[in-house]
Amino acid sequence: MSPRTLFDKIWDNHVVDTLEDGTAILYIDRHLLHEVTSPQAFEGLRLAGRKLRHPENTIAVVDHNVPTSDRTKPIEEPESRNQIETLERNVKEFGVPYFPLLSANQGIVHVVGPEQGISLPGMTIVCGDSHTSTHGAMGALAFGIGTSEVEHVMATQTILQKPAKNMKIAVEGQLTPGVTAKDVVLAIIGKIGTAGGTGHVIEFCGSAIRGLDMAGRMTVCNMAIEGGARAGLIAPDETTFAYVKGRRFAPKGEGFDEAVAYWKTLAADEGAVYDTEITLRAEDIEPCLTWGTSPETVLPINGTVPDPANEADEAKRAQLVRMLEYMDLKAGQKIAGTPVDVVFIGSCTNSRIEDLRAAASIAAGRKVAEGVRAMIVPGSGLVKAQAEEEGLDRVFLDAGFEWREAGCSMCLGMNPDKLTPGQRCASTSNRNFEGRQGPGGRTHLLSPAMAAAAAVTGMLTDARELTN
Amino acid sequence: MEKFTTLTAIAAPLPEANIDTDKIIPARFLKTTKRTGLGIHAFDGMRYRPDGSENPDFVLNREPYRKAEILVTHENFGCGSSREHAPWALLDFGIRCVIAPSFADIFFNNSFKNGILPIRLPREVCDALMEDATQGSNSRITVDLARQVVIRPDGQEVGFEIDPLRKRLLLEGLDDIGQTLKQVGAIEIFEAKRKKEEPWFPAIAL
Ligand code: SF4
Repeated sequence: MSPRTLFDKIWDNHVVDTLEDGTAILYIDRHLLHEVTSPQAFEGLRLAGRKLRHPENTIAVVDHNVPTSDRTKPIEEPESRNQIETLERNVKEFGVPYFPLLSANQGIVHVVGPEQGISLPGMTIVCGDSHTSTHGAMGALAFGIGTSEVEHVMATQTILQKPAKNMKIAVEGQLTPGVTAKDVVLAIIGKIGTAGGTGHVIEFCGSAIRGLDMAGRMTVCNMAIEGGARAGLIAPDETTFAYVKGRRFAPKGEGFDEAVAYWKTLAADEGAVYDTEITLRAEDIEPCLTWGTSPETVLPINGTVPDPANEADEAKRAQLVRMLEYMDLKAGQKIAGTPVDVVFIGSCTNSRIEDLRAAASIAAGRKVAEGVRAMIVPGSGLVKAQAEEEGLDRVFLDAGFEWREAGCSMCLGMNPDKLTPGQRCASTSNRNFEGRQGPGGRTHLLSPAMAAAAAVTGMLTDARELTN
Repeated sequence: MEKFTTLTAIAAPLPEANIDTDKIIPARFLKTTKRTGLGIHAFDGMRYRPDGSENPDFVLNREPYRKAEILVTHENFGCGSSREHAPWALLDFGIRCVIAPSFADIFFNNSFKNGILPIRLPREVCDALMEDATQGSNSRITVDLARQVVIRPDGQEVGFEIDPLRKRLLLEGLDDIGQTLKQVGAIEIFEAKRKKEEPWFPAIAL
């Protein structure tokens, strides 16, 4: 057999059959459900008189709509309440394991999966949510699907897919102090653009990637979709195995050792060929953020907003002008020093305990700037509990941050956590599209440390200036 | 799912790249538990002013484009989230075909599952079709799926590529769950082999 990539191996291990045109029936190991993209799929099953083929390989959570304030009160928004109640009825009727709103295990689906040992190396994992790519950090092939496909997986435990192209993005060398996983992935998207990975699965590798902890790897894979890729992947290694060991649903005892032996065979073979290869030097990456309304509009924090006049393509120029206007920025202005109204630290990109620690290290002993609303939304109930055990909640509360319950929250503003028109937000989430965090809201994507720095200074700031 | 065979309809020009799914249907409209009824919110941010009135500059608010069934647009259409609400909203508005130089993967897939035909054509061809689409009531384009051609208002034909399987499912209006369930034997064989080779594979038991 010719040398294979990590993607090739996971793919080959899951092909049930190949149809006439090369479409594979791909076996799915884990199916993650949430309240927004599942109701129409359950409805479809019900209408066709079908069942879930493997409810025991499925897990459901509520995250997108849930309030992040006091949960003992009923959910005010009738439509959100309806979606949550619909999911609860569906999981009961179809026998799907479920972490309800008041469970300590509830959280954002992409935080919950790895943290519970539900997402494991070598698996195929799908969810009706594009940021399923997050689980690729485990060395799993994980990707987002539409609701019709959700129904297909429920009924058949498979999905119809054509193989993706292989892309390798290597980050070699050592990151400089103060540069985080978020900066790495923003730098990558700035380089390849939002369509750079279309049709590909990206394998992130190189010494700087191997040096990241699991939370950092998840941040990187989470945003692979923002680079247009179907999925992001990182080969499982000792860091991965140490993370998995002992988690609630991970294999135990001898089973774990057997699993590790198998997982070790997954790394790309020597000489495996990629359709596209890109290398970045870790030393060149600076703390960065986005200035516009597309995740590819990346700038180093000490950079200046681009001038549309320098863009030759007319359509692109018009888009840049529109972005400047929407974001209320001027061509050529320094991005650092721009005042912010809101700071959001959370989302499946950056709401893990490591992210909260990074933010707390900047917030400690400081105060949120006058007039700024700063919120911390942990990724799961377990992250929240861990942070409270470490006293991080006190650090944040003393500094004037809000300390909230787990959920997607202001990442997409389906619950009451929204920007109001014109508000500027420093956000650790993954999308800065127009209106993403609330109609008329302006989003700058950045790391937890930079978000905390923005909170305490009241403006976009190089977090390195606040560490010593 | 409704069959897609041939379609002769008004094509609306949307000359913008990277139209993301938040633009096609903003997140605040995802709270439905149904597939239908999203058409009035399609392109909400572009289509309506902040006070809720129609923006007369937006193409789909103008005649004859209110009845458009084809969209001609630029690169990377449908990027962003995996929400199938995007094709649902387009379909509910009446769109059956989107023509662009490139599409985001998930949107591309989701379209087929809802009887919408996304057609990839080179940028120059899309530019020519864009020009056709700006001709108001003369912007009728025909799409013949069986022959895999787009027919311009002047009768010129442009060929396009499509997977044979997807083509068959669209032509017949078939749901692919039924198709896959025909292979249940192969799925069972796979599962039996898996059980033997990976006995440690954990189930989620709460
Ligand atoms: S946190 Fe944001 S990106 Fe992640 S699953 Fe929730 S809404 Fe999607």
